[in-house]
Amino acid sequence: MARAVSTNRKIGFTVAAWVVALLIFFPILYTIITSFKSETEAIAGFSLIPSGTLESYAEVQAQSNYFKFFLNSVIIAVGSTILALVVAVPAAWSMAFSPTKRTKDILMWMLSTKMMPAVAVLVPIYLIFRDTNLLDTRIGLTVMLMLINLPIVVWMLYTYFREIPGEILEAARMDGATLWGEIVYVLTPMAVPGIASTMLLNIILAWNEAFWTIRLTTTNAAPLTAFIASFSSPQGLFWAKLSAASTLAIAPILIMGWFSQRQLVRGLTFGAVK
Amino acid sequence: MKLNTLFLGLCGASALAFAAHAETITIATVNNGDMVRMQKLTDDFTAKNPDIQLEWVTLEENVLRERVTTDIATKGGQYDVVTIGNYEVPIWAKQQWLLPLDKLGADYDVDDILPSIRGGISLDGKLYAAPFYGESAMIMYRKDLMEKAGLTMPEKPTWEFIADAARKMTDRAADINGICLRGKAGWGENMALLTAMSNSFGASWFDEKWQPQFDQPEWKNTLQFYVDLMKDAGPQGASSNGFNENLTLFGQGKCGMWIDATVAASKLSDPKESSVSDKIGFAIFPDTGNGNHGNWLWSWNLAVPASSQKGEAAQKFVSWATSKGYTELVASKEGWVSAPPGTRTSLYNSEDYKKAAAFAGPTLAAMDAADITKPSVKPVPYTGGQFVAIPEFQGLGTTVGQLFSAALAGQSSVDDALAGAQTAAVREMTRAGYIK
Repeated sequence: MARAVSTNRKIGFTVAAWVVALLIFFPILYTIITSFKSETEAIAGFSLIPSGTLESYAEVQAQSNYFKFFLNSVIIAVGSTILALVVAVPAAWSMAFSPTKRTKDILMWMLSTKMMPAVAVLVPIYLIFRDTNLLDTRIGLTVMLMLINLPIVVWMLYTYFREIPGEILEAARMDGATLWGEIVYVLTPMAVPGIASTMLLNIILAWNEAFWTIRLTTTNAAPLTAFIASFSSPQGLFWAKLSAASTLAIAPILIMGWFSQRQLVRGLTFGAVK
Repeated sequence: MKLNTLFLGLCGASALAFAAHAETITIATVNNGDMVRMQKLTDDFTAKNPDIQLEWVTLEENVLRERVTTDIATKGGQYDVVTIGNYEVPIWAKQQWLLPLDKLGADYDVDDILPSIRGGISLDGKLYAAPFYGESAMIMYRKDLMEKAGLTMPEKPTWEFIADAARKMTDRAADINGICLRGKAGWGENMALLTAMSNSFGASWFDEKWQPQFDQPEWKNTLQFYVDLMKDAGPQGASSNGFNENLTLFGQGKCGMWIDATVAASKLSDPKESSVSDKIGFAIFPDTGNGNHGNWLWSWNLAVPASSQKGEAAQKFVSWATSKGYTELVASKEGWVSAPPGTRTSLYNSEDYKKAAAFAGPTLAAMDAADITKPSVKPVPYTGGQFVAIPEFQGLGTTVGQLFSAALAGQSSVDDALAGAQTAAVREMTRAGYIK
């Protein structure tokens, strides 16, 4: 009897998990379906069966150079992630293994900067970029995305590092490890799942960031977010083209997420159950 | 061999010298059919101007407006040509953010631009932008449904007739709504329609001393009429409908009438986009007998920011894109029906255009009827038609639009929406210093 209840509960949880997953994924699925419809089909009403036309993809490619935007996205997302890790690993190490009484306050303050609406600092940031000739440059955008994602990266790494027993690092020190050796040869290998999931999450955040990437670029450094934005129209039919542009923009990150889902989940649940 | 090497070297050097001299201008624009077409036809421009290269930045209208405003206000210099509406042109020209267009070339026929459009993009007699396409508003209606209702569209319809016809044309069982009007909140969405509508009802946004007028009976008449009409004859969820949603509904045969921008006429007449393309009639924007037909007038224009370092090249492009020659180029490549409407008198004198576009006459009549220097029948201190040409209107118009959209959705009463609009307008106008 107990076994039957347990099986029923298992089935129930599985069904619930599938329903929730489908609900979350449905907007993306419908975007992909719409991208294979004609514009008139797209506005005709709800339908899960597209005609399978590729005309929207052809028009999107004819109107914009996808690969230029794609390349910018890759450079900016990967660049900002590497830069963020270079800054965040030592920061998180010092906070996790040499905390002071202000460490928690500093962490909270770092996180609180994420709560400020970005538009509040648009003009000062724009002026700084203008005066330093960083407008519409990949370097400028890489630095900007590194800065806005840094609080999350530091927080995540801090959480992972806290799970690593300090005694292991102490033992390494007693064996004569330098600070550099301690971080590179002892801490980093133990925190690889955490660093990997932080890296993946940061790439996703940087890839999807739309506020700054649209406002600080024009033509040279514009990434895929600007590519999508160019297909929204106040007059005329554009749903199928917009869906095709969105599908092309999210495809690389979806594929990356699919292949790295095990690392992502392992990293995100690291230390959740003791 | 040596001669060949020398020749190749010279060719390479010339190419490098040419590349060094080629100027690249960056054009910020919106994504609509006419602008996309222009991008496709730019080979004609670059062939005539090999020393100028073009880079395009296409954005959604509101993002573009915000992006360009930030860049121009901070003198960022990221754009050499910007696409802006006739709402922004006089405000930005007054701020000295735009270059006067005085190098459009000898063959650029400025006098050919429709007077109503030209007036909206000039300041102190100088042209600060060149119109790419223009529009007013008119009634687009289903001739078959009008006939079925036993009615005939008058030459100059009143709102009373429109309401009566809309109720008679409504057939809920057949999914036909007598009338489709904008309800989505926004200064360029529902407030474009409601401001034009209020003009025709004798209302105004402000009196001569900039006192908001939402507490006056004319506004109550406008909003009550609109809400009642939409409740009886409008589509479900109308408070979410803007231009595109109504275009879709009408194109699918679900609207008896639609009062909106004249630019919709070409889309509804296209059998690829509309299932009722052969059943459409056009009529002038309604009034209430006071002679004011809404005063809706909009144009998308190309302007050159004062921060651009390539003003001369930018003006060359603006001249090409808004010239009579460009109109002829579009006609030769894609047919006269695709020619950008509402900017030049010569287009409306063209027999070819009149033959190809059944909406040409009604569009011109609507544009001629608009007078943005006198938006209301009452004396007012502002210009504009479906908008008020002051910088504060973007924010205030959207706030009021949200209140009116809520009234349409039944979330508040008409009286509450008007009281909220009055409070918001008084607060904003006092803060901005209009009310002392």
